[in-house]
This record gives sequence, structure tokens and C-alpha cells, in this order.
Amino acid sequence: MSTNPVTYQKKELPGSVTSMAATATIAGLILVLLTYWLDHSRGLFNNIIGLSVMASVSVGALFYVALEYLSGAVWSTPFRRVMEFLAASVFGVILLAIPLYMNLHEVFLWTHVDALARDTVLLNKTPYLNVQFFFIRGAVFAGLWLMFYWVLTRNSRKQDATGDQSLTRMNIRFSTAFMPIFAITITFFAIDWMMSLEPHWFSTIFGVYYFSGTVLAALAVATFIIVSLNERGYLVAGLKKDHYYSLGTLLFVFTNFWAYIAFSQFMLIWYANVPEETFWFVSRWRNGWQYVSYALILGRFIVPYFVLLSQPSKMDVRKLKFMGIWIFVAHILDIYWIVMPSFSRSLVLGWQELGFPILITGLIGLIFVFKSKRENLVPIADPKLQRGINFRL
Amino acid sequence: MDKKILYSITALFDTPDGIIHAAEEVRRAGYKKYDVHTPYPMHGMNDAMDLKDSKLGFITLAAGLLGGAGIFGFVTWVFVKDYPNVIGGKPYFSWPAFVPITFEITVLSAVLVTVGALIAFFFKFPNNSHPLHDTLYMKSVSSDKFGISIQADDPMFDEEKATALLQTLHAQSVQPVYYDEEELTRSWSTFDPKFLLLLAGVAIIVSGATYVTMNILLYLPPFDWMSNQNKFKPQSTTEQYSDLRMMRPSVEGTVARGFMPYPYHGNPDAAGKNLVNPLPASKGVIEIGRTKFLTFCSPCHGNFARGDSRLRGQFPNPPTLHSDKVRNWPDGNIYHVITEGQNIMPSYASQITRDERWAIVHYVRTLQRAFNAKESDQQ
Repeated sequence: MSTNPVTYQKKELPGSVTSMAATATIAGLILVLLTYWLDHSRGLFNNIIGLSVMASVSVGALFYVALEYLSGAVWSTPFRRVMEFLAASVFGVILLAIPLYMNLHEVFLWTHVDALARDTVLLNKTPYLNVQFFFIRGAVFAGLWLMFYWVLTRNSRKQDATGDQSLTRMNIRFSTAFMPIFAITITFFAIDWMMSLEPHWFSTIFGVYYFSGTVLAALAVATFIIVSLNERGYLVAGLKKDHYYSLGTLLFVFTNFWAYIAFSQFMLIWYANVPEETFWFVSRWRNGWQYVSYALILGRFIVPYFVLLSQPSKMDVRKLKFMGIWIFVAHILDIYWIVMPSFSRSLVLGWQELGFPILITGLIGLIFVFKSKRENLVPIADPKLQRGINFRL
Repeated sequence: MDKKILYSITALFDTPDGIIHAAEEVRRAGYKKYDVHTPYPMHGMNDAMDLKDSKLGFITLAAGLLGGAGIFGFVTWVFVKDYPNVIGGKPYFSWPAFVPITFEITVLSAVLVTVGALIAFFFKFPNNSHPLHDTLYMKSVSSDKFGISIQADDPMFDEEKATALLQTLHAQSVQPVYYDEEELTRSWSTFDPKFLLLLAGVAIIVSGATYVTMNILLYLPPFDWMSNQNKFKPQSTTEQYSDLRMMRPSVEGTVARGFMPYPYHGNPDAAGKNLVNPLPASKGVIEIGRTKFLTFCSPCHGNFARGDSRLRGQFPNPPTLHSDKVRNWPDGNIYHVITEGQNIMPSYASQITRDERWAIVHYVRTLQRAFNAKESDQQ
């Protein structure tokens, strides 16, 4: 049984959060429906952006839950629930995938039988890129994510009630199984939904590229929520700048990791200079897309790098919250930069692109509020909780 | 030697918590000049001692920026200005290729300068005469104890009060540390004979050991298989032949490839009598003859062989080739003159090949016919 002397008084999130999230969901939904009505295929491409960002936040958050169990980290235990609630957004991923599955033909060139007949390169890729296998993969990925989400959070929740410490050990085993599955599913998710938009193009590092953005986006959203909640006393007392510093350092590290991977992908393709690879970057370097590329370098690497570089700024509450939002937006920009040049060779940017980001922000918020009403915001019976609170660098 | 001066009151603690508590209490008591020594870095000590943030980070930043900018500039200079090469059809200034090296050198220079600055400026090394050296206190804190030392030059220092304060904190032992005036003020000279002798000794031992190791123990013959091959070289000697020469003289009567003997040396009449022009007087042959004549003969004989040199008197003019004598010469005679020369005309055998000489003979005949045309030719 639990012997944690931790005192935690559950506080309900204020109603303003619920109404804000609901407003964002409704406003986003209206914009999305309007986009679909006016320009159906533009809506679909934006849907892929929404789907990928949603998957980043939810599956990325599940990755952090598993990572904490697997590495035996204690510092993140007091706010692991935030990650678990974010991981619940995996239901939203399935929701967002439905309109795409109904309109695959409008988005993916490799579904066009006439295009395949003329194109040996695509024809040779059909063993992987075919509609049946695509459906199967999607179903398997969603199933795996849901299963691990369900197992990991259920055990954590059960521990709150029973205080059974063996549940932690059980979760460590499930996390061990989840890690390779996460690596494979997130890679093929990226290949299926984003890389296959240009079915001739290939980059062996693309899965890692999406992974680096994913872990960064999930961490950014979580950092914003954790800092905001802790400031208002919704989490357990005793979380100090040591915890903030760890969050800031992780954000900084993954910002560098993203830049490293992004530049590796660019440089190898640039150096080899093979037309079947370079065209992907060339199309992102002209017709207005180059400004998005500049914005991506600036917004996803240079600004977060210099804001988070110094030690004090890694524990600065204001900067952490700001960077949380900033990096989340930068991740949306990143996915937009990957997806939209396949829709139009010249820059498209308008209110149509706002619908899905607003919708998923609202959805994540609603799911978070829904989960927080039913569960504690702190895993009160976790054996690592007290050590996590006492954590000092 | 007997004049011992009090440097500080030191106290040893067994636990990290003890030393952090002690540092807090000493700071609270108002001491400014005190220091803490621990076997390993301790988190929370900055707060306990109320230390300001270290300035080391700025040195790291500056070193990283300078190193990165420096190497980027250097690589740019190398590839753009000093040794420009087209690599993969890319422009000289291909900055993406410079990024990895810039990244590496940025990290390297930041790290090295940080460590260097830490040692030189923050630790004030080399520090040969600190009073805490060679004390039991220093020995303890560098293995398993945590120590604090309140210095005597603190404005509010009082030996008894400081000792009492440290004792109330449950220190394991409280000891004063003394030092010699002489020890601190002693100056160390680089040109101390003993030091120089030591350097010389080290140099001799190191170079001797290196010589023995490299040239005797680990000696390998140099790699010279390229220059020393199992074969004979020109100009070298050998026991194999009685004349000891490696190069063998050629067999008697050997001629070079393409060599043709000219048996009428100094004998123009025989040449005229026996030699017959082997080439037909075709248009192509005459054209070759014309080209060669204009190149080699016309400077002296003139463009039309009239003995009107193009050299404007810089060289004695030869006689015209339209004279009866030459016109009545057989072809062999003209061939002989080109081959061997005549009077001051040198031999052209090395410049003009045999066939070309015969072609020139045809051309000279053509010129002669043109300048002395018969009635029948004009019809």
C-alpha cells in the first residue's frame, strides 16, 4: 500500500478553460467545414496537417509516459498525468483520419490507377503503396496506440485508487514493448501520410524527422500546460525551478535535435544532387514557399535556440510558457511546409489554413478538461512521486 | 619560520546536508570571505552560499561564436580564394558543406576555451603557494569530507567567535590553519639552476628513450620497395658480363627503325645517274612539294626559285634554279643537293623526309616548266 505522505487536494479546472476550448473547437469546426465546402481538396490537405499535428501531440505524449517508466525518471512523475491526458487525444487522431480515408483518391497520386499504368516507378511501389495495405496499416497503428494508451493510463489510474506499486513494474514492461512499436509506427505514419504525398520522393531520414518534431511538439504543449497549472497550484506543491529547468533543457535539446535532423536531411540531398530527391526541396524553395522555409528555420530553430540558450531562461516561467506555444505553432508550420507544397506549387496561405490548428487546439483542450474532471492531476500513489517532488538538480 | 600567521578556521563535515547547512549559517552570520570545499560538485551550494551566477557561460558563448565564425571564414577562404575547386558542379561558396565543420569547431573551441578559462581565470592556476595546501583539511575534503573555511581577513573575523560558530554547527573537527609569511612571498624563478638542470635531464632521458625505442627496439627498414626493385638499371654495373656494363652494346650492323642508307654521300653524279623520282607527278604530290618548298626553300631561293631571296640581302642569294644547268640536271642531282647541301646550303635531311624531298623535286620541275614553257605548252 502507498505510504506517500504527499498532500494533494484535487482542484477542478476553471470553467473558462472549458468554454475557451469549446469555443475554439466550434470556431475551428466552422472554418474547417467552410474550407471543405469552398475548396474540397484544400480542406483535405489541411486535414492531413491537422491529423499529423494531433498524432504528434498525442502519440508524442504517450512516448514521454513510456520514457519516464522506462528510464526510471523521477523528476517528471509529479506531472506525468498531463502527458497522459494529452495522450488521450489519440481518439482525436482517429476522428481526423475518417474524412481522409473517405477521400484518399483526391489526395494521393498512388491511388490513381491511370497514373500507375504510365509510371513504372510508382508501379514498383504498389506492394507497399496500395489502398488495402494503407487501410490495414492505419488500423493497426491506431489499434496499437489505443491499446498502449489504454493499458498505461489504466494502470496509472488504478494505482491512484489501490496504491499497488507492482502496477509501476507492469507499466515498465508495457513501456519496453511500446518503445520499438512507437518507433516503427511513427516512422510509417510519417511515410504514409506525408512522404507518400510525393510518391516519387524518398528520404530515409524522414521518419526521424517527423519523430523529432513530434517529441518537440508534445513536450512544448505539455510544458505550457504544466507551467500554467503549477503556477495556479493545480499540481502538487513543491515543484521548483529544478523541474522547470529540466523541461526547458529537454525543449532546448530537442530543438537542437530537430535542427540536426532537418539539416542532415537537407544536406545529404543537396550534396548528392540527384534530381529524383532534390525536386522536393526545390519545390519548397521557389514560388513563395521559400518564405515558409525561411520562417521554419527561424521559428523552429533560431528563435527557440537563442531564447532557451542561457541557464536562467530555461527556468523562466514566462519564457517557458511562451516557448511552449511558439514551438507548438512552429510544429504546425513544419507540417504545413511538408504537406502543402504537394497541394499547390505556389504558396497558399489563408484563413483556410487556420481551421484545423484551431480545431485541434480546441479538441486537445476539451479532451484534457474531460480527463482532468474524472482523474487526479497528479499520480498520487506513484512510488516515485515523493522523490520526484524532492528532485534537485 | 616560526612566524605563523592565522589563515582561516576550518571545519569538516560528514554529510552534504551538513555542509549546506553550515554554509547557510556562516553566510547568515555575515561572513563574506569564506569558502567551501567538497569532493564533488554539489547542487544547492550556489543558493546556500548566495553566489552570483558564474560569468563562465559568457566566455563559452564568446568562444563558441568566435570559433564558429573563424572556421567558417577559414573554410570560405580556402574554398573560394586560396584553392578554388569545382566539386560536384557546385559553386565555390557552398555554405551547406561548411556547416558540419563549423558545428564541430564551434563545440570544440567552446569546450577548450571554457576549460582553459576555468583553470586560468577562475581557479587562478598555477597556484603554488596557497595556505590550504598540504593541510589535513585539504587531504580530507579531497577524499570523503566536506569542509568550510572562514578566512582571517574577513572584516568581522574573530577567531573565537568563528570557532564557536562552527562548533555549534556540529562540525566533525574545527581546526585553525596557519601559514608562513616566507612561504607565501617566496618567488619562483624560471632560471633557477636546479629547474634548468631538471629540464635538461628530462630532455636527455626522453630523447634517449625515444631514440632507443624507435631506432633500435622498434626499428623497421624503411619502405623502399619502389626504388629498390629486383632488376638492372641503365648505367649500372654487373658481374654478369665481362665488360661489367649492364647496358649492352647493339649488335653490329643494327639500324634504327625506318632508317634507309644513302649510298651516294659526296657523290652527286652517281646520285643523278642512279636515282629515279619514285613519286608520280600528281596534283597531290606537287601540292605537298609546294608547301614544303615554300616552308624550307623559298626563304633563300625565292617563291618561284628565281634566286630572289625573301631575306633582303641578309644572306647570300643562291643562283636561280631556272638556269640551263639545273634544268638539265637529272632529278637525282636536285635530290642529292637537298639531302647533302651544296656550297653554303646545309643539308635538309633532318627537316624534310625522303618522300617530301622527292615531292619538292617535282615542284621545282613544275616551276622550271612554267618559266620556260615550250610552244606546245601554250597551245
